[in-house]
Amino acid sequence: MRIRVVKVFLAFLFTLIFGGSVLCGSTAMAQLPSSPQTDRIAALEKRADENATAIAAAQTAGDNGWMLVSAALVLMMSGPGLALFYGGLVRKKNILGTMMQTFAMMAVITILWAILTYSLAFSSGNAFIGGLHNMFLHGVGLAPDPAYAATIPLQTFMVYQMMFAIITPALITGAFAERMKFSAMLVYLTLWSIIIYSPMAHMVWGKGGLLNATAGGRFACLDFAGGTVVHVTSGVSALVTALYLGKRIGYPKVPMPPHSVVLSFVGACMLWVGWFGFNAGSALSAGTLATSAFVATQFGAAAAVIGWTVAEWIRQGKPSALGAISGAVAGLVAITPAAGFVSPMSAIWIGLIAGVFCYLMVVKVKSWFGYDDSLDAFGVHGAGGTLGALLTGIFANSAINPIFGAGKATGLLEGNWRQLLHQAFGVGLAWTISIVGTLIILFIVDKTIGLRVSEEDERIGLDLSQHGEEGYDWAH
Amino acid sequence: MQKIEAVIQPSKLDAVKDALVEIGAEGMTITEARGHGRQKGHTEFYRGREYSVDLLPKVKLELVVKDELLDKAITAITTAARTGTIGDGKIFISKIDDAIRIRNDERGEFAL
Repeated sequence: MRIRVVKVFLAFLFTLIFGGSVLCGSTAMAQLPSSPQTDRIAALEKRADENATAIAAAQTAGDNGWMLVSAALVLMMSGPGLALFYGGLVRKKNILGTMMQTFAMMAVITILWAILTYSLAFSSGNAFIGGLHNMFLHGVGLAPDPAYAATIPLQTFMVYQMMFAIITPALITGAFAERMKFSAMLVYLTLWSIIIYSPMAHMVWGKGGLLNATAGGRFACLDFAGGTVVHVTSGVSALVTALYLGKRIGYPKVPMPPHSVVLSFVGACMLWVGWFGFNAGSALSAGTLATSAFVATQFGAAAAVIGWTVAEWIRQGKPSALGAISGAVAGLVAITPAAGFVSPMSAIWIGLIAGVFCYLMVVKVKSWFGYDDSLDAFGVHGAGGTLGALLTGIFANSAINPIFGAGKATGLLEGNWRQLLHQAFGVGLAWTISIVGTLIILFIVDKTIGLRVSEEDERIGLDLSQHGEEGYDWAH
Repeated sequence: MQKIEAVIQPSKLDAVKDALVEIGAEGMTITEARGHGRQKGHTEFYRGREYSVDLLPKVKLELVVKDELLDKAITAITTAARTGTIGDGKIFISKIDDAIRIRNDERGEFAL
């Protein structure tokens, strides 16, 4: 009985397949009676072409979908992420001033990117800076540029990179919090974006850039998502700014504790989530590399929370919430250049080291030198970025990302000691450009419009003195 | 009429409020306050920086009662707010000349 059922089923299938093809064949023959075989081949070729187009379209849809989400995630890191993180760390009277500094970057750098800085960073130029071909987004259309990302529209690449250009100067605002004029800040960070960010982005990621590892730069520097371009430049410029500007009135005698660690906590959590767009998005596609970077990001952040917290617990007797979230940011900074090059276990090591290292930088080193990097932009981003860039040269693994060719050693642990030197060179270059460039810009802005608010304005706070409003109004 | 100003531990507010309602106090005004008496403050750490906080969070409670209710009210507050440790707070008593209800101009004890 069972066998009969199977036989009937098989016969049915047989008729379905062959009957169908005979039917198709007869219609094809009816249309093109000349040479059935060549026609069939032509039809198959056409089908293959159509399939290739459909596959490419599907890949673009997948990659582009992830990249647009990533771009939005990175913007969320600036506002509200960074704005809340920094806003909670200042005193009540400066919260709106602090948040506005980051928000202003979201507007100003966007427009600047369209007019000039995208071109300076990513159009073809020399080894140090891009040209002016893409000014006003000329030639930046919906077709991909295979030199950057073959499967996403160039405009997606442009808008994704824009979000990096926004958050980088916004990070510096932590160093001069509570004491810089809003007008001076706008001019300073606009010039900073042109003179420091654009060349640095071009050297590491741009066509023909000196440090570009994928496009055969002379000193191939591994920087997956911006350890040198974003964190070293902003962190070192932060230190220079804190030193140039001097301390806040009363620092360090007058207590200036964070007015709301709660706000900072929310901001830090948003930074953590947004960082997946920052790091995994830097794969510029939605494939396996994005997964590597995503996983490394999570492990790096978590390990650094533990590193910072344990160090603090031992030294101060209590694990603080501010310490835990600062550790997360430090770990995310350090894993930024390494994500997409290292294994999950290496990411844990990088995070642990970064957590302890940045804790010591913020707690010990800052008080030794006595500078007022108000919100520790240098201690976390400058120090964490430098450390992360160097550790990338040690832990980078060809099994994760065969950037120099399959099976070729990538990092020091694989035997490529030269990579560590290249990383050090890249970091050194970023330090040099940041120090020299920032000093020049600060000098110019200070002599023309003046950097600091008046003593009176600093005492009443940036909210009232710069913006004519208050963050917290108890009377209504 | 007597005014009672009591500075108490914030965690004791509900207990004190209930005790006062129980003895028949008609109303009260509460303010979040900071202050210290003999109690020493504590230290807080933010990114390794030590801050000594000597003005601690307190609740200040103000109410005006008829003379005959005064002792009962004081007992209610002290019983409900006492933990026996330093920092329990203080009560200040003063005489009130007059009181006016804004709604209908009632005066004196009628306004309470």
